[in-house]
Amino acid sequence: MNKIIKFVIIDILKNKIVLVYTLLLAVFSWSAFGLEDNSSKGILTLLNIVLLIVPLVSILFSTIYIYNSSEFIELLVSQPVERKKIWQSLFVGLSLSLVFAYLIGAGIPLLLYAEQSVGLMMIAVGCIISVVFVAIAFLGSILSRDKAKGIGIAILLWLYFALLFDGLVLFLLFQLADYPIEKMMVGITATSPIDLARILILLHLDVSAMMGYTGAIFKDFFGSTTGLIIAFTLLALWIVVPFLLSLQIFKRKDL
Amino acid sequence: MIKINNVSKRFGKLQVLNNVTLTCNKNECIALIGPNGCGKTTLIKSILGMVLPDEGDIEFQGKSIKNDFTYRNHIGYMPQLGRYPDNMTIGQVVETIKDIRKSNEPLDEDLLQQFNLQQMFEKRMSTLSGGTAQKVGATLAFLFNPSVLILDEPTAGLDPLAAEILKEKIIAQKTKGKLILITSHLLSELDELVTQLIFMQEGNVVFHKNIDTLKNETGETKISKAIAKILKQQTA
Repeated sequence: MNKIIKFVIIDILKNKIVLVYTLLLAVFSWSAFGLEDNSSKGILTLLNIVLLIVPLVSILFSTIYIYNSSEFIELLVSQPVERKKIWQSLFVGLSLSLVFAYLIGAGIPLLLYAEQSVGLMMIAVGCIISVVFVAIAFLGSILSRDKAKGIGIAILLWLYFALLFDGLVLFLLFQLADYPIEKMMVGITATSPIDLARILILLHLDVSAMMGYTGAIFKDFFGSTTGLIIAFTLLALWIVVPFLLSLQIFKRKDL
Repeated sequence: MIKINNVSKRFGKLQVLNNVTLTCNKNECIALIGPNGCGKTTLIKSILGMVLPDEGDIEFQGKSIKNDFTYRNHIGYMPQLGRYPDNMTIGQVVETIKDIRKSNEPLDEDLLQQFNLQQMFEKRMSTLSGGTAQKVGATLAFLFNPSVLILDEPTAGLDPLAAEILKEKIIAQKTKGKLILITSHLLSELDELVTQLIFMQEGNVVFHKNIDTLKNETGETKISKAIAKILKQQTA
């Protein structure tokens, strides 16, 4: 299994896209902190960039990489290797590469400039979000044999989680403003990994006051240790569930 | 050695394998023939675990291959259309497979030398011609001295010289008492190789016979003519 992971990582490094991605993250992070005099403002700028770019690169790069590995997968399946191992190795290889890219690109400036607790939270959340979208890419790409369709699914999923979901939540808030839906909002947030990540960071920045009564509910819930544990468990579920589903399908797939 | 019990497989509406039952023993060289789309490759892929049958079971050395992968240590497989990762070189493909199989037994690098592949180790798979990719496939199939060889259209796409090298290699393996399973459309090539014949049509096994019996029954000396005769009898 380690040999396949090693092979996947070397293959991704040779591909150079992940290196460019690392560089891009570094440029964004250094400039975000360089342009703002206040590190909290820098973090907010960076947060918005990270929550758009990290999911996009993770889901698209992984989807295309899985489709391009179909020959490699076929070659391995006829060899004495367990199918589970092949799929897991691909997942670990891709996740490790993207997490390292984030750690080097955004992690170093975060450690240097941001307040420690916020910086660490941002690093943790960025790494988890990377892996979440790799897992979603694995599920999306196993559902379709057609590469164009698979990449289309990936782009739509990203659009949904990064942009559309916020719109839907806003719509709900305005339409149901007369009703006590604040507690429900906490539940709805759990259905989007990007929103979970955003709230975790915002609460650490003490800007949640700007979110009004809903913000207070969030603070009440996500601010406590239990809330934090639940939020991280939900993010972990966003990794485990899509990946295990894709693994079950891959085990029974005809190649 | 390989026992296929009532295996059925459908792709959508198409019944590709229909209740196939076969037994293949070691020391046999079996030709699997039939028209295009009769299920030969699907049958082979089922044995390799690349395609999972809907019904039925396949046994390898008395053990079901379901949820097992170690049995593939004993199989060398040469695919019909070798698909390899584009950005790997020949050398990397060979090294990766060697790494994965981590066989302790001495490797059989005859074909590597005879096909002159070592001089092309730096070439990327995407730049190779179909024939050269076939040579890589053949080399990988024989590399680990497996006790079962499964060759899907082995000589298609190879130049006459390479085809001859491969045929000699197959004959040499045959004398070592291995089980060899070949699919081919070039019946004339099979004459010097095979001891048994499986004829498939539309997912069914039409017959599985010894070559000598077949020749005796039909009174022909060539496989191609013997099969033509049987097919005529069936349609008549």
